[in-house]
Amino acid sequence: MKIKTLPVFITIVFFIIFFIFFKGLQNSNIYVPKSEFENDIPSFKAQIFDSEKKINSTDIFDDGKFYLVNIWASWCAPCRIEHPFLMNLSNQKNLEIIGLNYKDKKENAKKFLKELNNPYEIIIQDKDGTIAIEWGAYGVPESFLIYNNKIVKKIIGPINKDSFLKIQERIK
Amino acid sequence: MKLIRYLIIIFLVTHFNILNAQDINMQNKITKNLRCLVCQGQSVYDSDSEFANSLKIVVKQKLYEGKNEKEIYDYMKKKYGEWILYDTEFNKNTYFLWLLPILMFLIGGAIILKLFIIKKKN
Repeated sequence: MKIKTLPVFITIVFFIIFFIFFKGLQNSNIYVPKSEFENDIPSFKAQIFDSEKKINSTDIFDDGKFYLVNIWASWCAPCRIEHPFLMNLSNQKNLEIIGLNYKDKKENAKKFLKELNNPYEIIIQDKDGTIAIEWGAYGVPESFLIYNNKIVKKIIGPINKDSFLKIQERIK
Repeated sequence: MKLIRYLIIIFLVTHFNILNAQDINMQNKITKNLRCLVCQGQSVYDSDSEFANSLKIVVKQKLYEGKNEKEIYDYMKKKYGEWILYDTEFNKNTYFLWLLPILMFLIGGAIILKLFIIKKKN
């Protein structure tokens, strides 16, 4: 019996295409960057908040210590939600929290810290958002856990109970 | 003296932007090929989000520093991954995407050849 090649071929192609689209349906079309990786921290020069002084990234981070770089702004509502977690983390002995004040007005940022307290060891200013780009961030809030000049964890969005516990676990 | 002053003013007005026309065209070309990660579906060029505006500044700075198009794309890829580029590069993850149309074209051509030309000869 002679098998007709064309119908068989069309059926196979149809099933391949069907399979690709069916698989594609299950994928989320919202892109989320990887959050578990080891990456060198970027080098930058930034102005210290409420001061004329500039600081180099190499002067901020030392080896053998954990740092949490937190991108925040007074106009960002989720930053208020994560603030109690930051206050709690600021009491940890082997962790220093570095604030990156993103596209904010100085007065508003000061009011924000006065109202909710200041968990930050150093705050650096990012008036045009270019330092946040250096960090590979794309919004506020975003946090980076750093150890030995490497980013060991990235938290996109506000710190919640789950990520708070994970940070605590990591810095033990 | 007055003439020199006028000339300085004219020079300042015409050279106000740090980038020249060629660089601005390049900046537009690059930002059109960058995906705005906050407002997905829009390019950085089209978007007015905080993220896109900062990215435009970074591209402008990089061009001013003398970086070329490829170096800027590499920088963006390093920071945000390949997803940020609209024009996907040819690598092991994308070869199927790039080669499928050519493959389809060849198979289609072969079918046409078989159905019409070879049949006609017979």
